[in-house]
Amino acid sequence: MHQDHLLSTTQLSREDIETILDRAAAIEMNPDGWEAQYSGTVLGLCFFEPSTRTRMSFDAAMKRLGGRTIDMGSVDNSSISKGETLADTVRVIAGYADAIVLRHPSDGAAKLDDEFVDIPVINAGDGAGQHPTQTLLDLYTMRENVGLDEITVGIAGDLKYGRTVHSLAAALSNFDVRQHFISPESLQLPRNIRYDLHDSGSQVREHTDIESILPELDVLYVTRIQRERFPDENEYQRVAGQYRVDTDILSHADNNLTVMHPLPRVDEIAPEVDTTEHAAYFEQAHNGVPVRMALLDALIGRAK
Amino acid sequence: MNDREPNQKESKESVNDAVPRARKVDDQQLRVSKIRDGTVIDHLTAGEALNVLAILGIDGSSGEGVSVGMNVISDRLGRKDIVKVEDRELSQSEVDVLAVIAPEATINIIRDYAVVDKKRIERPTAVTGLLFCPNRNCITNANEPINTRFIVLDEGLQCDYCGSIVRESEVPTYLDVA
Repeated sequence: MHQDHLLSTTQLSREDIETILDRAAAIEMNPDGWEAQYSGTVLGLCFFEPSTRTRMSFDAAMKRLGGRTIDMGSVDNSSISKGETLADTVRVIAGYADAIVLRHPSDGAAKLDDEFVDIPVINAGDGAGQHPTQTLLDLYTMRENVGLDEITVGIAGDLKYGRTVHSLAAALSNFDVRQHFISPESLQLPRNIRYDLHDSGSQVREHTDIESILPELDVLYVTRIQRERFPDENEYQRVAGQYRVDTDILSHADNNLTVMHPLPRVDEIAPEVDTTEHAAYFEQAHNGVPVRMALLDALIGRAK
Repeated sequence: MNDREPNQKESKESVNDAVPRARKVDDQQLRVSKIRDGTVIDHLTAGEALNVLAILGIDGSSGEGVSVGMNVISDRLGRKDIVKVEDRELSQSEVDVLAVIAPEATINIIRDYAVVDKKRIERPTAVTGLLFCPNRNCITNANEPINTRFIVLDEGLQCDYCGSIVRESEVPTYLDVA
């Protein structure tokens, strides 16, 4: 990467991505060889929204590299509840840490942080914007299972508000990947993501049902359709049911189909799928640690 | 984007000419008088004059004379708006910001009643503090100490923070000039 921050996958080239994934693979092969690398390094965890996997895997990644983490805790117990701006909060924390991991409900929050602090900023999810570190572990998982070229990927669920979708689609445009977008019409890709995809030369292929495109897919990336996006509970139930992945639907898929999900899932993927050869979502979550170790190594190592 | 030089006829249409030549021009000059020194922003799309003043932060509060002609008859535009600002010469960077709402505009710098410089609007790569972001969830709409910034695309603008796109036709809706 040319910068010492990671705000969006749109800033990443294919070479940037492959460098991080290669480093992650080396770390996974030899996870104990990195423990003394970052003794004394402090990573600031600033999560303005709930998080389990992202927060804990960054915590684990920094500690496995020999460093430590400081966590601002919940918003309710912080100065934010007193009305402090994000700009002030991160400027203060920048004096305590060597890098900041930020999750925030507003789109573009990480971009703001980057303008107010001199240490590396990592976007761990900003509103409906981007979630680039999730994408890196998604790509790592994809590469392990089916490779990253000459593949067909279906991305299903909430494409309008899903930040993991926005990040993934942009990153995949660096590779020889046919992308299919599967969602109800009300949750199709937003205008800016379509623009960016067209601008990068990618074709946007859209579908409203999974079955029609499923046999062609090497990867099915499922995301959660959130209940609060629908004004009517019955409508939510009807739509969510159409995109539920179970073994019946998967009987129409290629035997080598890889099913992924950024988690947490609610009922988009039936538990019966967990034990099939298709399921890769827990492996995907576990990959968060080596991938984030590789990213921290790339960003903090350069900044030091 | 208009990248051609104004032709002779069009430049004569400027309402700052010293000598009236036709009834149409006479009528215009009755409505919008000549200025001795300052800037004439001509060939604005009809209806944009007040937006242009707002974008440029010109409200007369600093004492400058401001004349506005709206829906003036124009050979080139049918109807146009025109703005004259006395005793102030707009810089290139000031006029470039008009590209997103008035790409056809011409800017004449006037000294002692004569046009001494003609500026062409050049499309900027980005505009700061001009629009508010249509995405209510964008960090620029939160109470943070930042200005909006939009990257100028071929047919619109893109928020540099959240990526939201504003088409050119939508720009007047999102002008942050209250």
